[in-house]
Amino acid sequence: MIVAEIKPIEEIAEAIKGAKKVLVAGCGGCVTVCLSGGQKETDIMASALRMKMKVDGQPLEIETATYERQCDPEYVIRFKEHLQDVDAVVSMACGVGVQFMAENYPEIIFVPGQNTKFAGAAIEHGIWEERCMLCGECVLAKTGGVCPVIRCSKSLMNGPCGGSQNGVCEISKDTPCAWQLIYDRLKGQGRLDMMTEVLPAKNWSKNRDGGPRKIVREDVRL
Amino acid sequence: MSEAVALDKQAELKTDSKLEKLYSLGHFVVTGELGPPQHAEGHELEHHAHELKDIVDGFNLTDNQTAIVRLSSIAAGIHVLKGGGVPIIQMTCRDRNRIAMQSDLLGAYSLGIRDVLCLSGDHQSFGNHPTSKNVYDVDSVQLIAMVKKMRDDKKFLSDAVIKANEPRFFIGAVENPFGDPFEFRAIRLEKKVNAGADFIQTQAIFDLEKFARFMEMAVARGIHERTKITAGILPVRSVKALQYMKKDVAGMEIPDSLIERMKKAEDPKKEGIQVAIEMCNELKKIPGVAGIHIMPVGWEAALPEIVKGAGFLPRPKV
Ligand code: SF4
Ligand code: SF4
Repeated sequence: MIVAEIKPIEEIAEAIKGAKKVLVAGCGGCVTVCLSGGQKETDIMASALRMKMKVDGQPLEIETATYERQCDPEYVIRFKEHLQDVDAVVSMACGVGVQFMAENYPEIIFVPGQNTKFAGAAIEHGIWEERCMLCGECVLAKTGGVCPVIRCSKSLMNGPCGGSQNGVCEISKDTPCAWQLIYDRLKGQGRLDMMTEVLPAKNWSKNRDGGPRKIVREDVRL
Repeated sequence: MSEAVALDKQAELKTDSKLEKLYSLGHFVVTGELGPPQHAEGHELEHHAHELKDIVDGFNLTDNQTAIVRLSSIAAGIHVLKGGGVPIIQMTCRDRNRIAMQSDLLGAYSLGIRDVLCLSGDHQSFGNHPTSKNVYDVDSVQLIAMVKKMRDDKKFLSDAVIKANEPRFFIGAVENPFGDPFEFRAIRLEKKVNAGADFIQTQAIFDLEKFARFMEMAVARGIHERTKITAGILPVRSVKALQYMKKDVAGMEIPDSLIERMKKAEDPKKEGIQVAIEMCNELKKIPGVAGIHIMPVGWEAALPEIVKGAGFLPRPKV
């Protein structure tokens, strides 16, 4: 899922300066799962903003609304009734939600309430880790199910760099070396010979280097 | 070796690199490293090259080492050429994509550079621009294959044909025998050789015993017959430098006995040179080692002392 993190409240307050009425819009999707932009966090954000603006001498009327997703027309439409007389919306969705909402309500000012971080997994309660950079052409079959594109700090495709030591990456003792993980996994499976294959230069045009991407599925279009 | 045999060997050379010639004639090659400055002036490089050109067979020019902005390795190579030395330019994958790299390779070759060392490069988080975007469009193995493709297939990476004047580089790569997983290092080395590495320079060696084990694995795979393996030496001036490397430099293995020895030394600089000389003598004996690469990191004066002390002078003329 997409993992996001709430922006510092000062930054949000600065972005909505001058507004009289604001809607804080939550999202029931990924950001609910990663506990940063669901209904609960949206309510907390609203009261924190309310207090801050009051202390700052700019009292503000704030409402909240949370629907299933902000990246889907079906739910975006439901926000309409909350937008009648607001000056700005603080969207607690990921960057996709913020943009999709803004696109649907172009007359309204949208402010992101989150820093959208990465596509990751909840490895423990309260710990999320990046697992994929959405590169467009997955190599996991060749790398023992561990992604070198995003989990290796240098996106190396052919084995560990010289900085790999004691299982950790040269950039930090808190970052596992992806290639050590790949090595261990393949060794455990008796498939180490897979690491002798030279993987060719990656086709980054499948990644965003090919420009913004789009998938069209004729079979499911209405 | 008779003149005729020597000429015969030369006829098989892939490039007009002096290093290739030396290696192919069976010489034990000695190279040194120079760090380009953090400013836009190359006189010092030219001066060092001039002073040391008869001491070592070639000079590595690092490419924004530890991700600190420096004079470009190609420009530095030109200063070395002006000083009469042989430049071995380093090229890292961190800062440029395949278009920039191939363009730089054409440029470097057009200016008279014949040797290139391909490496992935230190992560930018270590340098003086930790907030920069890194590239890593290709990795070091892919870079080696790309340089070889330009030379041997006369094609760019994309398969577009180089219609004339393809760059004919003697291709180097690095290997750190002390990185993990240790058992994979020789395999990784072989991967680089399969991709086209004509010669290898290793990371600085302090732990001889572990290096010997690495070389055993490399020799068992016959890698030393397909590439020239040059062992890395880094002379140290102080015990502090050793301790720093042990603690803070990723992939460095430094035995405590060496730290103790440096601690006891009355003149640490002299001792550092002595250690390096002894290391050269030991490394020379290890089967499969075809040369020594000395990285003085700013201590250029150490170069002649080590090379002389290890009995590597005079350097062969070819
Ligand atoms: S290879 Fe690409 S798609 Fe597959 S996990 Fe890695 S980044 Fe994601
Ligand atoms: S240490 Fe491992 S994860 Fe880190 S850059 Fe090197 S190979 Fe990649």
